[in-house]
Amino acid sequence: MADMTSFIDEVAATPGGEHIRSCIQCGICSGACPAANEMEYPPRKIIAMIRAGMRDEVLSSSSMWHCLSCYMCTVRCPRGVKPTDIAHTLEYLAYQQGFKVKGTTTPVMYQNFVNSIKGNGRVHEVGIMLRYYLTTNPLAALKVLPVGLSLFFHKRLPLLPKGVKGREDLAKIIQKFKEIEARS
Amino acid sequence: MKHYCYFPGCSAEATAIGLGLSAQAIAKPLDIELIELEDWTCCGSTPYGSLDKLESILVAARNLALAEKTGLDMVTPCPSCFVTFYQANLYLKEHPQLMAQVNEALAVANLVYNGNVHVRDLMEVLFNDVTPEVIASRVQRGLNGLKVAPYYGCQMVRPDYGFDDPEFPQSLDRMVESLGAEAVPFPLKNHCCGGALVISEQSLAVDLMRKLLDNAVENGAECIVAPCPLCQMNLDAYQSIVSVYSKFKTDYNLPILFVTQLIGLALGIDPKSLGLNTNIVSPGRLLDHISKAGAKRGT
Ligand code: SF4
Ligand code: SF4
Repeated sequence: MADMTSFIDEVAATPGGEHIRSCIQCGICSGACPAANEMEYPPRKIIAMIRAGMRDEVLSSSSMWHCLSCYMCTVRCPRGVKPTDIAHTLEYLAYQQGFKVKGTTTPVMYQNFVNSIKGNGRVHEVGIMLRYYLTTNPLAALKVLPVGLSLFFHKRLPLLPKGVKGREDLAKIIQKFKEIEARS
Repeated sequence: MKHYCYFPGCSAEATAIGLGLSAQAIAKPLDIELIELEDWTCCGSTPYGSLDKLESILVAARNLALAEKTGLDMVTPCPSCFVTFYQANLYLKEHPQLMAQVNEALAVANLVYNGNVHVRDLMEVLFNDVTPEVIASRVQRGLNGLKVAPYYGCQMVRPDYGFDDPEFPQSLDRMVESLGAEAVPFPLKNHCCGGALVISEQSLAVDLMRKLLDNAVENGAECIVAPCPLCQMNLDAYQSIVSVYSKFKTDYNLPILFVTQLIGLALGIDPKSLGLNTNIVSPGRLLDHISKAGAKRGT
């Protein structure tokens, strides 16, 4: 699919990406973005790059992985473009197409998060944090250990995931959805 | 008594246990009943949407399908769950083919979703259905004089749901005032705390939190109230780390309460039932203030 369709079509076909062609490059989104300083390509620029068909540069960038989903850009955009959803779309396309991202461990954290949901039916923080720090930087865990311990001692970090009945149903539904996606 | 289908969300049972406990504790005195959705699973979540947009909508749809059977509005106390369901509803409506695929998958668990669930944020229900006036009339212990910074964060007001202004929201200010407290001016009240990126991009999140906490302190706040599990956890659990960078060069020592906890205190509910023992920055000073204010008024 990636080869047949232009990059902008691919983005526009995803939920929330529909209005990307309305962008007038005013830059209000980048000005509103609390994470813009951390982004190689802030929202306005990345939209320009999508239009220019720079798919590899865009999808291997760490920029969208710094998006905080604060929706400030989305409410301020005068053209209804939804840069937040576009950031999510870029993360999604980069992840699904196996782009390796340098300069951020956010994808690893998200992956542990999603695995926790798929495995338990619900989010289990202790499992997510342990796996995240083990795969990224076990030493960094020491720095946030006091945070984890204070949550634990205030009864906010259950060590074991809660057994949820719906877990198996959810797994079946996801399995079936994957078959449907593969077929279409 | 008005009934709602209640979706607690994962946090309300763990990192935001104070939110789960206080939401249920204030329901009855405010004449609403929150009937927990049976067998719910994770809402779908923002991180899930980032890695697999369509599948996260499917995960949301399983809960929506279960909720649809109850025929009730579905209310969640978690703004992140709310935005996930809100968007899933929107995209399923805008993309009929996705809706068909989702239903084909749901059918393996004998579920179907027709797109008819009205999903609501608990704050919006408290504001529009219960109303600040009724909350005020149920107050047992006025919070007289307590200076509160109402922190909306992002997803309670954005993207624009038509409930409150995404740039200059007022609803929490009104609710805080209905309790007899003072809502201090808080210019950063709808700015981001860093969210989940506190884990992977800590310095970015710490800087955003420093601005928020400095801003609340310089406006005289004695505590912050927030509706969101992630905002509350970040500002509460990371506060000692953020304090190092404060422009006031001192520990903030600023209690961070869930809005529902503050409402509960004003309704006269005991702190433990509101989960206040799970708040990391001790709300002790606040409780003293409230009991003194109560004593002065002879309650
Ligand atoms: S604010 Fe909207 S129109 Fe302006 S550059 Fe950003 S996306 Fe384009
Ligand atoms: S939603 Fe993301 S891209 Fe938009 S302003 Fe917030 S952090 Fe920036």
